[in-house]
Parts: sequence; structure tokens; C-alpha cells
Amino acid sequence: MRSSLRDWLSNPGVISASPLAVFLVIGFLGPIAIVFGFSFLPERTFGFGGEWTLDNYARFFSHGYYKTFLWSFGLAAATTVCTILISYPVAYGLCRTFGRWSTIIMLLLVIPIFVSENVRLFGWVLFLLKGGGVLAGSLKNLFGIETGSMLYTPEVILMGMVYVYLPFTLFPMNLGLSMVPQDQVNAARDLGANRWQIFREVELPLAMPGILVGALLTFVLAIGAISEAKLLGGTTVVMLAHAIQHEFTYAQNWPLGSAISVITISVTGILVFFVMRRIDLDQLLRRR
Amino acid sequence: MNFETKPWVRRLILAWTATVIVFLYIPIVSMVMTSFVQSRYFRFPVKAWSTKWYQEMLGANLTQDLHLTSLYVAMTVAVCAVVIGFFGALAFARYDWKGRKTFQRLLMFPIFFPQAVLGLALLLWLTYVGVTPSWEAAVFTHLVWIVPIVTLVISIQVYGYDTSQEEAAFDLGASRWQVFREVTLPALAPGLFSGALFAFLLSWVNFPLSTYTTGADSTVTEWLYTKMIAAYTPMVPAMAALSVYGAVIILFAGYAILLARRRKAASAS
Repeated sequence: MRSSLRDWLSNPGVISASPLAVFLVIGFLGPIAIVFGFSFLPERTFGFGGEWTLDNYARFFSHGYYKTFLWSFGLAAATTVCTILISYPVAYGLCRTFGRWSTIIMLLLVIPIFVSENVRLFGWVLFLLKGGGVLAGSLKNLFGIETGSMLYTPEVILMGMVYVYLPFTLFPMNLGLSMVPQDQVNAARDLGANRWQIFREVELPLAMPGILVGALLTFVLAIGAISEAKLLGGTTVVMLAHAIQHEFTYAQNWPLGSAISVITISVTGILVFFVMRRIDLDQLLRRR
Repeated sequence: MNFETKPWVRRLILAWTATVIVFLYIPIVSMVMTSFVQSRYFRFPVKAWSTKWYQEMLGANLTQDLHLTSLYVAMTVAVCAVVIGFFGALAFARYDWKGRKTFQRLLMFPIFFPQAVLGLALLLWLTYVGVTPSWEAAVFTHLVWIVPIVTLVISIQVYGYDTSQEEAAFDLGASRWQVFREVTLPALAPGLFSGALFAFLLSWVNFPLSTYTTGADSTVTEWLYTKMIAAYTPMVPAMAALSVYGAVIILFAGYAILLARRRKAASAS
């Protein structure tokens, strides 16, 4: 038994995995454990040693925090659906029809990710601003149309989220679609399949791992969205991350903030667990 | 017979993609345009253009401090992430060991995690352990999210790496260190380069992790956010535009370097 453990520990794979593993225990499991622990402490305590309680979880439901939860989840789900629908034709084009233009189109799609999302969201504020914004100003000057305020609504928050998270759906989807062999599409066509059948029976199932990864990434990151609602939404909607931030900082109520965090990450964690079980990462990342 | 997409579908897809690209660039162009406006408050259509906010911004000490902080954070993150991620990628994609599949899946959890929640959990953790927020603390928080991503980026290169070259070098009498330096490292260099580029840029633009952990050391993105929420100054668009130019230059340069390498590799073989 001991020697098999020693064998395992001397495997080069285990040795090279260890720095990363140790780092993630300190940097990832540690924080989650502490948040989990704090969520069972009485209100406004800053250390362990006292009694344990479920009050914070009860307060989540009795004080309307579940509404925040529903807003965040609803907006994240809507964002995911929109980004999938918008991305599919683009990903298809990148894999199949753009040919040598693919690389440059890809580069154009990548650049915005590396401009801070706050900068881009504020750009939307400048574009949509009432009266003197780019859109309102152009409409007024060119067509004489007066527009009302376009900011500070749930719709514009959704637009901002779709905008920010689009690449996170698009790139994994592109990876997934590029895994569909052209031969199989040709074969299906030779056997008499129509466009819709090819899409449903060949392309979609084969591209599914990439689409799932992209959708999951988008959904989970969108749950943590905070700047979109603050910059574009004013105070229309309070998002989950905002509520947690409020408890951790201004309200100085770590236990309640921790309980909201635990509920949020339990849901996303379970989702990630079930999706990841279906996906073979070796297959997705290996080059053909 | 090769199955071809019909020309009108092709054109439709191209038009759709063009629309998406326009959508992606609308706010960026608006921001760059605003940075050249002469008046203190932005009003479209613009009456007078000027570069005075750039001059004011470039003359301010603040600008240098913010960029230096961002640079320290991003450079440290890039170096640490590539070192840890390199070994992580070997464990991820190359070696066969018991527990590899579990390791691969566990590595996904920090990436697939609401970032602001991660930032707040790390804030609580650092406060509890007694670490004062600073740019070094921000490096640590960035790494939690960026190292797994960089590991994936490098893994893609590792999957395509032919290990028989190493065996050949061993057979010719090379030492472990020589093989590592002369065979493994050069073969994986493009992956390490992309990994470093990714780490640097992701760290540079990060907001949800920085905001809770930098303390008194403010990064460019944090300062911009504070000024956007309250106390707007015309230096905001100028500094924001500056980072847009930076990102474009770095990405095109990185792309050019990769292309040149590929061409060189193609002509050598």
C-alpha cells in the first residue's frame, strides 16, 4: 500500500500537477471553505468560536434576497440564449465559409475582449446617452428624431451582458464546430439528408461539447455580472454580486454575504459538475 | 462531391458576422471619439476636436502611477502563470497518471466561477488570514483565475507535441536538463508565448478581481471605473482610449510574431 502510494507520488504527472494543485488549495479551496464557514455564523461576527446558526439562510428568503437571485439567474439565462443564437452563424462562418479570411475576422472578434469591460460598457453609455449621445445626436441631426432615455432599463442591462459575454460563447462554439468532420457532412448529404437533418443529426451532436462549454462559461460568468447593472442600469436591478459586495463591505455583515455567496456558487458548481462530466477535455483540446 | 454552402447563405453569414463586429466596436469607437472632444462634457455631434485631454492625462503623475501598478501586476501574473501553467499543462495533457481526468475537471472550477464572487471570497480569505490588500495581493487573486486558463492554453500546444523527439535526444546521450532546454522548451515555446500574452492581457483588463484586493494601489481599470461611477473627468476617455491602442498594438504584434515563427518553421522543414 505504502509503496503504491510512493509510486503514484513519483509519477511525473503527479509531480508536475503538484505546484498547481497546492496553489489552488490555498487560492481557491481556502476562500471557499472560509466563506462556507462564515455563512453559518451569527450576524456581524468576524471570527469563529461562537455558535453556529442557519439564520443567514433564513434571512436570504425572508428579506427578499431571493429576488436578487432570480434577477441574476434570469438575466444570465437570457444572456446565454441570446449569445448562442448570435454566435452560431458566426462560428459556422469561421469554420466553413470564410476560408482565408477567418484569421483576420477572428482577430477582429478577439480584440474587444482585451479592452476592459468597464471601458466598453462606458462606451455604450456614451453611445446611448440621452440628448448628446452618439445615437441620439445622430438621429436628431440626420432625421430630426427626438429620442427619450435609452439607459437604465433591464433591457439595456441584458444588451450589455450579451455584449460582454458574447466572445465566451463564440470561441468554444467555434472550437466545437471545427470538430465536425467535413466528410461526415458530405456523407450525410450523399445519403440524401437535407440541410435541417444535417444540422440536427450531424453538426449539432458533434459540436455539442464546444457549445455546452461556451454556454456554461457564459452563464456562470454572467451570474457574477456587476458592472453591467451598475454602469448601464443605474439602480434598476440589484445583481447578486452587488448584494454580496454590499454585505462584505458597507454593511460589514460577513455571514450574510457568505450565505448569499454559498447559495450562488452551489448552483453554479452543480451545473459545472454535471456539464463537465459529459465532456471529454482531451478530445476538445487536442488538435486534429 | 464536396458539399458547398449556397452563395446566398454565405453572403448572409458574412453580413451577420459584419453586424456582430460592428456591434462589438460601437462602444469602443464611441469612447475613442469622445477622447478627442474639446469640450469638458461630451455632446454629439462634436463641434471641436482636440488632443488636449491626452496632453493633460500624459502630463499627470497619476497616469504613470496607475500604469506602473497595472504593469507590475500583469507582468508578475504573466511570469508566475506561465511557470505554474507549464507544469500544470504537462500533467494535464502529456503524462498518463491515475487521477488525471479528475485533475482536468477540478481545474475547470476556478474558470467556471462568477468572478466577482471569487474576488469577494478572496477578499474575505485574505482579510481573515491577515494579508493587507496591495498590488501583490491582487497578483495572487488574478492568478487563481488566470493560471487555470493559461494551463489550458499551454495544454493545446502540449497535445500536439511529439515526445519521440525527447526519446531520441536521450538516446543520443543528452542529460535531462539538456533535453528540457534544447528539445522540450523550444517545441512548446509558441504555447508558452500565447499563455504569457493571455495572462498579461487578462490581468491588465481585469476588474472584478482587482477591485477588492489592490487596496491603496489602484490599477488603470479600477481608476477608470471609480471615475465613471462618480467624479467624471475628460481624462477618462483619453486614458481608456490609450488602453485600447495598447491592446490593438500588442495583439497585432503577437499575431505577427506567431505568423513569422510559423513561416520560419515552414521554410526550415
